[in-house]
Amino acid sequence: MNCPECDASMNIPEDASVGEIVSCPDCGADFEIAKKDGSNVELKQAESVGEDWGE
Amino acid sequence: MSKVCIVFDRIRAEEKMLEKEALNLGYDTLMLDAKITQVNTDTKKQDLDLGDVVLERCVSYYRGLHFTSCLEFLDIPVINKFQVANVCGNKMFMTLLLKKHNVPTPKTYFSFTSESATENLEKTGYPLVIKPVIGSWGRGVMAIRDKDTMDAVCEIRDITDSPHDRIYYLQELVNRPPRDIRVITVGDQPVAAMYRKSSGGFKTNVALGAEPELCPLTKEIEDLAVKASQAMGGGILGIDMMEDEKNGLIVHEVNNTVEFKGLSRVAEKNIPKEMVEYAINYIRK
Repeated sequence: MNCPECDASMNIPEDASVGEIVSCPDCGADFEIAKKDGSNVELKQAESVGEDWGE
Repeated sequence: MSKVCIVFDRIRAEEKMLEKEALNLGYDTLMLDAKITQVNTDTKKQDLDLGDVVLERCVSYYRGLHFTSCLEFLDIPVINKFQVANVCGNKMFMTLLLKKHNVPTPKTYFSFTSESATENLEKTGYPLVIKPVIGSWGRGVMAIRDKDTMDAVCEIRDITDSPHDRIYYLQELVNRPPRDIRVITVGDQPVAAMYRKSSGGFKTNVALGAEPELCPLTKEIEDLAVKASQAMGGGILGIDMMEDEKNGLIVHEVNNTVEFKGLSRVAEKNIPKEMVEYAINYIRK
């Protein structure tokens, strides 16, 4: 599929699961896998790192 | 057969490892995204599929904490408990509880305005380390070595003025080798430890590039880790220790949703397996 940001080709690993983050190799934008049904993948903008993120 | 639920808001290697181990152990396993889960005051346990026990693994502290309060409202066993998560997520609460339980910890100063913090620092003397009470991965942790630096920090905090900016947590800069020790405890039992070597500065967070290296679990490290874990209320924790040249081993931090990707590659024990087994035994008790 193509990057929603820059339209570059993105390779989503077959074993990637919903909730995982994938990055565009061209523009570096991060996306979260919102839905996955076989090879049909829906992406949404990943959350940016929050002040309260961590361990 | 019990069902294990892993609550996440971002799937990291750790959450995948936990899922894999739970499946390998033969348990039904459910991955639940906290971001799309809705709860209300009339929600009943049976309305949501949350399994028999939840491992709360949100990367956002507040999201995880508030989600945990919902789980406890629904009487669903969750690791870690709300009280443990609440204390570990706030460095001030954590430090006070460590000290209260006689766990050796660096001397720490608390002030509640920038003026008061500056006055205290002038009285105590430089350097001290300032840390945000909420936050991880070493962000916002700075050594304050002179008044100019403190004035700059205060000015920035007075401008941003978030509620936590008014809480000043200043800690002694401990003389130690350029590394610290991370111990993972599961149910008050240490399962593995690593050295985290600084990549240049005084910080030793793996997230900032510190190199992890397996650390032998000595009796002293084990005893201190157990004491720190018990002080926090148990569960699954990451205990951070420093080798203080003056006072020996001291605990400077306890982490609630501990990351273990690096350590699991070199540890003798299977860390995610230990965590899943603990969760299952937790509901059998």
